[in-house]
Amino acid sequence: MDIAVFFLAALAAIASAAAVVAQRNPFVSALGLLGNLVSLAVLMLLLEAQFVAIAQIIVYAGAVMVMFLFVIAYVGPRGEIGPGERRPWQVWLAILAAALIAIEVVVVTYGASFGDWATIDGDYGSPTAIGKALVTNYLLAFEVVSVVLFMGAVAGVIFGSGGRPRRLTTDEVLAKETESAEQRRREASRAALDAARDTQGEGA
Amino acid sequence: MDVPISFFLGLSAILFSIGLVGVLLRRSPLTILLSLEVMLNSVNLTLVAFSRQVGGSDGQVFALIVMGIAAAEVVVGLGLVVAMTRREMVLDTDELRSLNG
Repeated sequence: MDIAVFFLAALAAIASAAAVVAQRNPFVSALGLLGNLVSLAVLMLLLEAQFVAIAQIIVYAGAVMVMFLFVIAYVGPRGEIGPGERRPWQVWLAILAAALIAIEVVVVTYGASFGDWATIDGDYGSPTAIGKALVTNYLLAFEVVSVVLFMGAVAGVIFGSGGRPRRLTTDEVLAKETESAEQRRREASRAALDAARDTQGEGA
Repeated sequence: MDVPISFFLGLSAILFSIGLVGVLLRRSPLTILLSLEVMLNSVNLTLVAFSRQVGGSDGQVFALIVMGIAAAEVVVGLGLVVAMTRREMVLDTDELRSLNG
């Protein structure tokens, strides 16, 4: 039973990960990542980590993916960029490097003996156990993550709000108007000068 | 459970490699961020699997913290994408070469 669930979820995870990487349209890629997250949540449930699985669904599939989809909708069709002018050896080298990493890990983990699964009680993976660990042993990491998230939010706002034309102050508007008036006057005098030169040329 | 832990680790390595191929080969910053998420999630699976094998909650706490850091990283990355779009730049990481040596 467990092994059937594992292989179904693993197949779904690999297929959706391949969709994320291979799709040209970022919207379809985002939907692939959604499928990947859900199948990984199934695998985490199989590992009896209920709280992490639900947090994965709520935080990732809920919040982060909505943010992704907003930005993809904002960017629109200019986000669709294919592989482009990659040289074939670059493509093959990248795939070879990734495949070697995968084969390396698979060979090492297949050969190693990790022992059996630990025997666990009903409390394992529950919000109570995780929450207790977060506010006792890992309190510092917990607080640091909140600071990092805050810094990320500030950085996101600063990056995202750049590039728009600045609202001008009254002085700057007046300065611009005098400048353009000056320019108009200069152009008018130049046009008058040209006209005078033309009539002179005709007269001669 | 009748699934050995090496199956989880192997699956996680395969997902990590797929994400790595995406990060190395794609040019759209949006797709690169999505592939990065695939890599981070595969590592989360490893952490949860080892946590289950040891029988403590440490690995799960680690996975939750990785999730938080990933969310912060996505915010910064998407902020950069939005900034590129507002400056009418092409969304192509190959074109971002002003820091090239």
